[in-house]
Amino acid sequence: MDLSLFGWGNAGWADELTRGAVMTLVVATCAFALGILIGSAFAAAKLSRFWPLRLLGDVYTTVVRGVPELLIIFLVFFGGGSLLRYVANALFGFEGYIEPPVFVIGLLCIAVSAGAYSTEVIRAAVLAIPKGQIEAAKAVGMAPAMRLRRILIPQAARYALPGMGNVWQYTLKDTSLISIIGLVEIMRAAAVGAGSTKEPFTFYLAAFVLFLLLTSVSNRGFVRAEKWANRGVRSR
Amino acid sequence: MDFDLMREAFPKLIAAVPATLALATVSLCFGFALALLLALMRVSNNRFLSAFAYGYVYIIRSTPLLVQMFLIYYGSGQFRSFFEAVGLWSFFRDAWFCAILALSLSTAAYSTEIIRGAIQAVPLGQIEAARAVGMSGILQFRRIVFPIAVRLALPAYGNEIILMVKSTSLASTITILEVAGVAKQIISNTYRPVEIFVIAGAIYLSINFIVSRSVMVIELWLSPHRRAERAASPVSSAAGH
Repeated sequence: MDLSLFGWGNAGWADELTRGAVMTLVVATCAFALGILIGSAFAAAKLSRFWPLRLLGDVYTTVVRGVPELLIIFLVFFGGGSLLRYVANALFGFEGYIEPPVFVIGLLCIAVSAGAYSTEVIRAAVLAIPKGQIEAAKAVGMAPAMRLRRILIPQAARYALPGMGNVWQYTLKDTSLISIIGLVEIMRAAAVGAGSTKEPFTFYLAAFVLFLLLTSVSNRGFVRAEKWANRGVRSR
Repeated sequence: MDFDLMREAFPKLIAAVPATLALATVSLCFGFALALLLALMRVSNNRFLSAFAYGYVYIIRSTPLLVQMFLIYYGSGQFRSFFEAVGLWSFFRDAWFCAILALSLSTAAYSTEIIRGAIQAVPLGQIEAARAVGMSGILQFRRIVFPIAVRLALPAYGNEIILMVKSTSLASTITILEVAGVAKQIISNTYRPVEIFVIAGAIYLSINFIVSRSVMVIELWLSPHRRAERAASPVSSAAGH
């Protein structure tokens, strides 16, 4: 192994790998945030009184959690462009060729699967809130929006935190899959380096270490966040 | 939807199912054996063994399977002369060997935690009873701890099996043509992602449905005491069992 490969500047690969790591973090963070939005919407659907909504939520989580992420990436990668062109044509009469940016496609792929896992976590968290809390809020005359803001969301967030930590780990690791569609994140940067130096082990080991670092640091962050969120709760 | 294309693609994708199942089954078997060993190390009183198992599980679970697979398959090429010298190159050159190795090492880490949790959840009274009748450590493990732990681990292990079936799709990135690999081949030839996704997705969903149902059946079969409870409930006893 030649450690001088990891210098900065033109000769070394440290800057390329660091840029890759930043891209991984950006994609993972955006996908995680989008996943929480998607997850909240589908959790609401699954807890709804109307069966078509419940069915929709069940189909989404069953399909996305039962099918490999790679297949979803193929679907969005090869299908996203034609869908976009179809919509552009139908709405604006646009005839030319447009291709959605790789970043957006990659982000969507990861967010769809993060959303499915978040749905289950958020649904369980909402169900864990004692019924009396909601009844008490109704009894003091809170409007539904205020009940959501003051009672439901703060407590559900605390119950959901450990599960969301796991979802974050999946999301971070899943970003490696979108290297396949050409987005230059850690894996892609490592593959480029491996190809041009003929030292694949060195570069994939660097990717391995970078991921280990990212998950370890963020894991610690989640542990601290849990401690902070539970500061007012009696421990047994 | 292009139904002619779907009719044409269906047999090709079905023909790739054995490859997916073979990857999953073989890796799960190796992975389970390794996980049992690691779980025993993890619950042992030896600090060194326990720390080793913990470190292994931590590192494997913190990194993406894709990186592990590339590290083994492409990374081994860097040490080709070494592997040739020790006579292992014919293994590491083979994509199937590398895929199974990566999948086994990965599932072993996740299963270790499941098995450890189950072993530690075996009620203390059971172990005390085994000790009271004078069972030795090995006999205790074989007759009491292991059977109870297997039953406790089953639901979580069922999820692990499903995750493994999904993970086998990564083998397509190192040239293996299992279901996802064939799907990608057809999609890039025909540019019909939706049709192929529907078929390939349905195949994975059916496999996972069968797995989760089988695990439920096995769980019930391993829980005769729960079946007895059900039989003793007022409704069925009134029916005259």
